[in-house]
Amino acid sequence: MSSTVLERTTTTARLPRSHGYWGPAVVLAIFALIIPQIHSDYLFDAILTPFLAISLAALGLNLLTGYAGQVSLGSAAFMAVGAFAGYNFLLRVPGLPLLGGFALAGLTAATIGIVFGLPSLRLRGFYLAVSTLATQFFVQWALTNISWFSNDDTSGVISPPAMHIGSLSLESPVRRYLLCLGVVAVLTFLAMRLVSGQTGRSLIAIRDSELAARVLGVKVLRTKLFIFAVSSFYIGVAGALWSFAYLRTVEPDGFDLDRSFEILFVIIIGGLASIRGAFLGAAFIVVLPLLLSRLGATILGPGFDSGLVDLVQKIILGALIIVFLRVEPAGLSALLARLRFPARSEQ
Amino acid sequence: MSAWGFFGEVLVAGLAVGVMYALVAIGFVLIYKTSGVLNFAQGAMLLFAALTFVSLHEKGVSFALALVITLVIMVVLGIAIERFVLRPMAGQPPITLFMVTLGLSYIIEGGAELIWGTQVHGLDLGIEDTPIQIAGVLVSKFDLFCAGVAAVMVILLTVLFRYTRTGLSFRAAAEDQYAALNTGLRLPRIWAAVWATAGVVALVAGLLWGARTGVQFSLSLVVLKSLPVLVLGGFDSIAGAIVGGLIIGATENLAEVYLGSYVGGGIDSWVAYVVALGFLLVRPSGLFGQKLVERV
Repeated sequence: MSSTVLERTTTTARLPRSHGYWGPAVVLAIFALIIPQIHSDYLFDAILTPFLAISLAALGLNLLTGYAGQVSLGSAAFMAVGAFAGYNFLLRVPGLPLLGGFALAGLTAATIGIVFGLPSLRLRGFYLAVSTLATQFFVQWALTNISWFSNDDTSGVISPPAMHIGSLSLESPVRRYLLCLGVVAVLTFLAMRLVSGQTGRSLIAIRDSELAARVLGVKVLRTKLFIFAVSSFYIGVAGALWSFAYLRTVEPDGFDLDRSFEILFVIIIGGLASIRGAFLGAAFIVVLPLLLSRLGATILGPGFDSGLVDLVQKIILGALIIVFLRVEPAGLSALLARLRFPARSEQ
Repeated sequence: MSAWGFFGEVLVAGLAVGVMYALVAIGFVLIYKTSGVLNFAQGAMLLFAALTFVSLHEKGVSFALALVITLVIMVVLGIAIERFVLRPMAGQPPITLFMVTLGLSYIIEGGAELIWGTQVHGLDLGIEDTPIQIAGVLVSKFDLFCAGVAAVMVILLTVLFRYTRTGLSFRAAAEDQYAALNTGLRLPRIWAAVWATAGVVALVAGLLWGARTGVQFSLSLVVLKSLPVLVLGGFDSIAGAIVGGLIIGATENLAEVYLGSYVGGGIDSWVAYVVALGFLLVRPSGLFGQKLVERV
């Protein structure tokens, strides 16, 4: 074993190129115009809608963890804040339009994000990661125990109000999907602008060396709190979409620690500090269980034990995390880049 | 009963739970101290150990033999993790290594349940959970036993660290990895030994927790209870793990009993974190932690 074992790693990854917008625009066009022609409620309800919500949450976490290097294990808590804030605003403010409710949901999550981001000004690394768990447990407890949040509904399963924009009802699988697509597309565009501008450079500077960033004149404290707020906004809106468009119930149970880990896994598998990584990773995480249970049904016959498949899925997911971190730390995103530009990948 | 007597009992019960947290936290500290890895899979290892022991015992293997077999398995598992998962990752940023152990915990949890099944097992270590009175306060015999085990384990680890060659190399690796390499210490071998030791610690903690709560999946969640303990005590101090465990255990129980009823109960899920967080803001590296935490 050589002594390079202990060498501190310096990030050799290049700064993100300023994004071309043609590729994403084409992808968006396919998703907005061609895919809705498919007549399959299953496709929209069980695959595409959760995929979009998870992508948005992962995008938010990637801004915080991938770009700014602040690890958070509390993403699901912010999703829960977004879902419940959206529900309460739409319930209690008469005449509030749906998208206004989502925006307020995001802003509420952003406010909470700033509060729980304050420790990041003093804590680093593991200590920060552990402190974000406080968010996770506190928020879940508060939403379960304080009945005002769930409008004193004792059943624990709340139906969000019917969704409509103007007089257009959004109560069909395709329309719910298109709603998610629209929200995600706008926020993704803004995120692309954000990371390719000066803020993006500041975030990366803070991630790679806080001291150096400070010396360079980056306002570290302000930038950190700003990205905590932006990240929480994204994750909060994702939570609202998850509850309103996908589950169509608002409940704290779905936003547990496992969901936080799932979002973290999405950005590891998809690629840290990469916008499209969030989407690739989310597609992977959403499709993997479906594939595995299909595979289980094919191999074991129709009467197979679904608990067994869950365990196998867990093991495979864990193994994938390790493999990705070891073989392809930059995730699916880098894999894709190598496939497209074989020559450019030489470092 | 007097208010103070009641307070004493709540406090003692809390301290007893705190000892259990500390037992788990020690496993983290061992690995973090020597290799800088925060091993999230410690809880999964604990589950795996307890489940393996109970299943063997239920299949008719005698208590002692089951213990020995499980011990061997845990040592092998610890060495295998170091050899095949972490050694190839050496030199990566600490946070990457942490995420690796997160993946590892999924594999071990899934594997444990795949091999031994998902049903809940009872575990009887042959120690009664009856209260005895000490200085006017009722204390459970089982809690005393746990405290005894924790004390023995800390003494053994202290002896190991202070008086054996292996322990000396552990300390060297913890102190300065470059210098340790320079003096010819074989870090991979040290790490393997540490992981094996952590496996043994996981077994001890797993058996005690298993006897207390039953051997089931939720055992691996004790890892979440011991994280605030680590934050409070510092990630790299065994003494910190013990003191932190006691503080967290006591605070949690006192808060649940005296404040819980006002806010709807169940606050023990986050009180520990809030205590640890509040403390961190004053002392960012914990009670006994080294100042430099981040190596990135």
